[in-house]
Amino acid sequence: MNFSSDTPADGLHLISGDLADAHYFFIHYFFITFAVNSRKIMASYWKILWVFAKIGAFTIGGGYAMIPLIQNEIVRRGWLEEKDFPDIIALAQSAPGLLAVNISIFAGYRMRGVRGSIVATLGSILPSFLIILLIAMAFSGFQDDPTVRRIFQGIRPVVVALIAVPMLQMAQKANRNILAWAVSLVTMVLVAFLKVSPIYILVIVAVVSYTVAKYRESTRKKEDR
Amino acid sequence: MIYLELFTTFFMIGLFTIGGGYAMLSLIQAQVVTIHNWIDEKTFTDIVAISQMTPGPVGINSATYIGYTVLQQSGAPEMMCILGSFSTTIAVVLPSFIIVLGICRMYSRFKNNTVFEGLMSGIKPAVVGLIGAAAIVLMTKENFPDWKSWVLFAAAFAASWWGKANPIIVILAGGMSGLILY
Repeated sequence: MNFSSDTPADGLHLISGDLADAHYFFIHYFFITFAVNSRKIMASYWKILWVFAKIGAFTIGGGYAMIPLIQNEIVRRGWLEEKDFPDIIALAQSAPGLLAVNISIFAGYRMRGVRGSIVATLGSILPSFLIILLIAMAFSGFQDDPTVRRIFQGIRPVVVALIAVPMLQMAQKANRNILAWAVSLVTMVLVAFLKVSPIYILVIVAVVSYTVAKYRESTRKKEDR
Repeated sequence: MIYLELFTTFFMIGLFTIGGGYAMLSLIQAQVVTIHNWIDEKTFTDIVAISQMTPGPVGINSATYIGYTVLQQSGAPEMMCILGSFSTTIAVVLPSFIIVLGICRMYSRFKNNTVFEGLMSGIKPAVVGLIGAAAIVLMTKENFPDWKSWVLFAAAFAASWWGKANPIIVILAGGMSGLILY
């Protein structure tokens, strides 16, 4: 499949010439300060917006399926180097939020600093925003239609299954010992049955695992000495 | 002030989403359905279904959709609903934006940091539990009124777990079955 038609962006590219000039000094400052790879090709803001809107629009379901598309779009244009890509994915996964959006923020920054990352982020959320608004407006009229109700009666159990499956897939990867399974189970019971806010649980788990990791590192350093 | 409440709630959701779209769904479910009671389980399930079928990341789609629905259910006019969508969508990406930019500037320090890795490996099992909780909470009488819905659940689970079926196809098949069975 080839998603890389360039025509609309090229049309926008012409308009963006002046904009790009006006920001020249600003961008120059970022390029020097943060030592962004100088061999990379400068991308116009409109082009960044267009490419990340494309990435946002084709991210259907989860973000993982879209990694090759994102890589293709960004690396092929020479905006980022192929060898940097695994690091970017790893960082985007560890930062809070959604993979596709995090990659957009990161790649946008590497291309044109803070402004580049704002443009890339807006691009990646714009298709979602517009499409969902249209659907929400249209669907409110159909909600009580008998046929629509029958369709959604069939869809609802399916959706619950589609949440349960990735949960178990994540568990297979992340839960390497009994303790991890215990944390999963306790979290599940606290949130589902005792209505505890997930945020409290995440904060507590983060503080405990940070302390443990810090302690382990300090003991390892002592052993090294 | 509902916009401010929506904004802070979705900002917190964005901030604590670790592990991608399904982690975000579980947080949205807990905050919007269980804690704030803005929408019920049935409506939430429908929104998730639509969000999974439409282009764009599931987390962004459902944040946008819920912003609209919360305002709509309180009887607000269309423009106010759009403003609701706008505030939830921006709020949910803002924490990522701040944190990823922060990481960009301290790139080398985060790379191969064992403490950071330890922190992540500790949080992931909790996220697994959160997503499991979201699935349990959505198993209501309304979503599962009879044995047919449990058969659909089992079929979708099997297709997705063993068959590695595309979620969109599974949802479409669920909709078709609904037309036939009900």
